[in-house]
Amino acid sequence: MRTVIAIAAAALLALTACGADADGTGEGGELGGALTVFAAASLTETFTAIGEDFEAAHPGVEVAFSFAGSSSLAAQINQGAPADVFASAAPANMDTVVEAGNAEDPRTFARNQLVIAVPEGGPDGVAALADLADPGLKVALCAEEVPCGAAARTALDAAGVALTPATYETDVKAALAKLTLGEVDAALVYRTDVAAAEGVEAVEFPESASAVNDCVLAPLEGAPNPAAAEAFAAYVASEEALAVLTAAGFQAP
Amino acid sequence: MSTAARSTPGTARRGPRRPDRRRVPVALLVPALLGLVFLTLPLAGLLVRAPWGTMPRRLAEPEVLEALRLSVTTATAATGLCLLLGVPLAWLLARVDFRGKGLVRALVTVPLVLPPVVGGVALLLVFGRNGLVGRPLDEAFGVSLPFTTAGVVAAMTFVAMPFLVVAVEGALRGADARYEEAAATLGAGRWTVFTRVTLPLVAPGIAAGAVLSWARALGEFGATITFAGNFPGRTQTMPLAVYLALETDLEAAIVLSLILLAVSVAVLACLRDRWTAAP
Repeated sequence: MRTVIAIAAAALLALTACGADADGTGEGGELGGALTVFAAASLTETFTAIGEDFEAAHPGVEVAFSFAGSSSLAAQINQGAPADVFASAAPANMDTVVEAGNAEDPRTFARNQLVIAVPEGGPDGVAALADLADPGLKVALCAEEVPCGAAARTALDAAGVALTPATYETDVKAALAKLTLGEVDAALVYRTDVAAAEGVEAVEFPESASAVNDCVLAPLEGAPNPAAAEAFAAYVASEEALAVLTAAGFQAP
Repeated sequence: MSTAARSTPGTARRGPRRPDRRRVPVALLVPALLGLVFLTLPLAGLLVRAPWGTMPRRLAEPEVLEALRLSVTTATAATGLCLLLGVPLAWLLARVDFRGKGLVRALVTVPLVLPPVVGGVALLLVFGRNGLVGRPLDEAFGVSLPFTTAGVVAAMTFVAMPFLVVAVEGALRGADARYEEAAATLGAGRWTVFTRVTLPLVAPGIAAGAVLSWARALGEFGATITFAGNFPGRTQTMPLAVYLALETDLEAAIVLSLILLAVSVAVLACLRDRWTAAP
């Protein structure tokens, strides 16, 4: 019985010791604790790398990411999800979070542009947006409800191209997945997604200039770890983070 | 039918020690009520947040009706396929002795454990344009399942069939095999025994399995969007429409969910009445 009590006491001590760090500040005002970042699906690779760099710079902080479509993330935040930072692939989704009083002063940290993604070395004859209208081609677009789909709509309208895709995917990674699985011949996705995928190449088209998406970020009101949230927001705006972003195909803000 | 009827609660009335059907032990009542509350609270959440004023307008939207029609027809077609393939499979598991039966039974339940999105990817790898079966199909007949309504039915059948197989196998194991044996000794072949004795005997189990399959197919999301994509009128079922509505408009998503719920509950209630009314 005595050993049980001893073990329980030890466990309790360990628990309280951890608890002291959980509010975000450890000894000497250093950052610590868990940091939860909700980031758009198109930021998966870059933010994973930036998060590792941030952890290296602040050893006490553990960064956890939730990557999904920006609109799903915005909805989750507005329904009370306990996130510290929101990084959106489009300003519109950030706007809904700001309007709900869950964030202030979002900052643009990168821009992303659409390209036509095709399998490496094929299909022949896709050089411009108009070529996608070929009824023999299967094309994946994002649904207009998500940022990449809204951008695709703008670009297609700018080019005057009427296109019936095989599918309207729910986020940009899903559209790209249909291409990498070989189920479609082309997909309209971000340049960065093509850069991150294997066996896929990008065809640039001039109309994408009319559909550039700003990637915006803000620490959230009611963040469980506000100090680390501010620090992460500042870090994403740093030279080091920008280098990671531009290397992946993003443009500087 | 007397043996089968013995297990039904109605006959307890004739027994000497008839339990009082209105007395419930607290140890059963409390968890039962908690379970009921847990299952129905999310529904209450939907009802509370629902913008009732916009309901009629949304119901009149052609996209909503299209998605609803597609959901009901594909789920019904998938249930038909489940019955066609699942009942014989359940019979095989319950009535035929063969090696590796345990493994087969485990394999049948794989779609239950598999996350539906993974199921969708797996279906693509087999029936996709470059898939094991899909490529020869495409090359020989120009038939391709992904992005078609048939693809939706395939995805639904994949996730729903285990429910039917498990339910029907359970019914078959619970059914008294002596009726089948009697029919066989009177000279009936296995096919005749199956159609004339076994099927009527386990009809309630088959019906329950079909209802489960239909409900599972109607709510199907992950495998459908992965395998069949999302195109209004062709592959965009109600759950997909709900998911996309959630991207921009929470209230629209709630309304669509309630419409789907109302339709499914109405259909299931009608069916249930019909069965219980039957002799």
